[in-house]
Amino acid sequence: MELKDKLLSSYVAFEDNVDTNSAIHDIRSKALENFDKLGFPSKKLEAWKYTSLNSLLKNDFSIFPDRGRAVDLADVKQYFIHDIDTYKVVFIDGKYSSFLSATTHENFDVCLMSSALNKSKYKSVIETYFNKVAKQDNLTSLNTAFASEGAYIHIPKNIEVQKPIQIINFTTGSEPATMTQPRNLIVVEENSHVQIIERHQSLTSNAVLSNVVTEVFAAKSATVDYYKIQDDHTNASLVDNTYVDQKSNSVVSVHTFSFGGNITRNNLNFYQNGEHIDSILKGITIIEGKQHVDHHTLVHHIEPNCESHQDYKGIYDERSTGVFNGKVIVEKEAQKTNAYQQNNNVLVSDKATINAKPQLEIFADDVKCSHGCTIGQLDDDALFYMQQRGIPKKEGRGLLMFAFANTVLESVKIPEVKSRITKLIANKLNVNIGFDL
Amino acid sequence: MLKINNLHASIDEKSILKGLNLQVNAGEVHAIMGPNGAGKSTFANIVAGKEDYEVTNGTIELNGENISELAPEERAHNGVFLSFQYPVEIPGVSVTNFIKTAINETRKAKGLEDMPAKDMLKKIREKSELLEIDRKFLSRSLNEGFSGGEKKRNEIFQMAMLEPKLAILDETDSGLDIDALRIVANGVNKLKSKDNAVIVITHYQRLLDYIVPDFVHVLHDGKIVKTGDASLALELEAKGYDWIKKELV
Repeated sequence: MELKDKLLSSYVAFEDNVDTNSAIHDIRSKALENFDKLGFPSKKLEAWKYTSLNSLLKNDFSIFPDRGRAVDLADVKQYFIHDIDTYKVVFIDGKYSSFLSATTHENFDVCLMSSALNKSKYKSVIETYFNKVAKQDNLTSLNTAFASEGAYIHIPKNIEVQKPIQIINFTTGSEPATMTQPRNLIVVEENSHVQIIERHQSLTSNAVLSNVVTEVFAAKSATVDYYKIQDDHTNASLVDNTYVDQKSNSVVSVHTFSFGGNITRNNLNFYQNGEHIDSILKGITIIEGKQHVDHHTLVHHIEPNCESHQDYKGIYDERSTGVFNGKVIVEKEAQKTNAYQQNNNVLVSDKATINAKPQLEIFADDVKCSHGCTIGQLDDDALFYMQQRGIPKKEGRGLLMFAFANTVLESVKIPEVKSRITKLIANKLNVNIGFDL
Repeated sequence: MLKINNLHASIDEKSILKGLNLQVNAGEVHAIMGPNGAGKSTFANIVAGKEDYEVTNGTIELNGENISELAPEERAHNGVFLSFQYPVEIPGVSVTNFIKTAINETRKAKGLEDMPAKDMLKKIREKSELLEIDRKFLSRSLNEGFSGGEKKRNEIFQMAMLEPKLAILDETDSGLDIDALRIVANGVNKLKSKDNAVIVITHYQRLLDYIVPDFVHVLHDGKIVKTGDASLALELEAKGYDWIKKELV
């Protein structure tokens, strides 16, 4: 059976486990219809021209994986940022793991989507925000249809959350191929501040497809710093659909670190519904082998006096392929917009590919929009210079590449995240130098 | 220290060095002069190990060991230093961290631990004072946006930090005003000892007023065609190279 048919015909079984008499379920059923109509994206769609899911969709994915194998903390500790105290919302094969999690309801809620969807005290937040910013395209519709579990974070007014929140999804490979549909909702009320770290990690080399939807709502003067760490097995694929709704004076940053996986597609969408908003989108991609990473960003400037800053760096080795499609829309009303976009790529091997496409649609006349896109190779003269000073070629290359990507790391606000990413990069580049730049 | 025998080298099948012989002993300063296109920079790059060039014949010996097959970093670890005619800009890597990495990679190659941070800082302070380098300059990206003079001064600062056995200064005087030239030359002179050697490649005699050579060689058409003492440089300054070319005919 084709995966699409399998998904559609599984819906009845899915309904056995959720409350079908709810407003949310109406949203789900509508989304299922939408997915039925649209199907999986094909390369015929402009937005999927350079990313094909065909090979992936041939897997016989298990849609409701059994509760996976027991996971030992010692085996997964490395995937957490464990040197600081954090809240944790952890899922194993799509199911909540209370053992690995550390949630709270004290002054704010860091807990599960499944309880938020079922308990009446969350009803008003769910009804106000759930599926309100997510765009109903093919894969988001699929996720919405099966949305039942994920992280639920609600921060009321005037709270600065002191500890970062980690959202981690493990897949254990209990099935030959596993598909999950994590659904996260993050609501940050006026003048509050939260930091989030998200990771998807497969624990075996079995095939995985995670189709994630995250909605982020940043109210007036709220600050959200979001870090996505993608360093997965080469058989694990990820479609990350993140939608950010910002109100006046809010600042939201999303850093995406893509260091591995099979096919990784990041759909990152920002909607500026207010004035004096700042949206920051940054990413470092370092891949090799036949890995593929696709960043599709959208910043929609709707009202005046807002800013957006994009900085994506990519290093592609062997036969890896990358895509950067950065779309900026500036509406007629959005005067005095300052939109900046930078995308720089290094192709380390002759066989690596990058498709870069800045896409600016500007309807206002008093704006500052700049974009720069480069594709290059490592500078041989710089390498020789470094070697002449005693730095071996491998380390020299590492240093050059790290320096190239470092502009993105500079804005990471959690020191432990920064040092973790630095280590991952050193590891990725196979060098043992401090990068203490 | 350095012994070069019948060195032939080419790039893209174009022959550039055509039987170069040179012996440099510890404690000596040699100057290599010659007209444009004689192969002076090529010679410097080949001794440093640049891979674009192919050594087709001959040997390069450093302290009795043939280094002509070694990688550039291995030659550097053995004490070869090249001050580049055009130092490369490396955005994102500060002068300090670059030199720290260079020193520690060299130590690693010799089986030594990293230099303690305190010693490193002390050394950086000493050597930057020697070359009259502003501290702020040390935290800037390597060579990025540096003036010609700053780049050259930074090269000699790195030389001071790395303490090479054999330093080759490739047109270190170009782009320097008189004050900077004096500072750079003074730095080189202070670093000179009976255990190391310096090869100065230059077009002009003026650098040799400050760094006085024991030998002056004229490189022409890929070979050393004339060798003399410091007075040869003065003679070249006065008469140009044509008379040497004529002598060869």
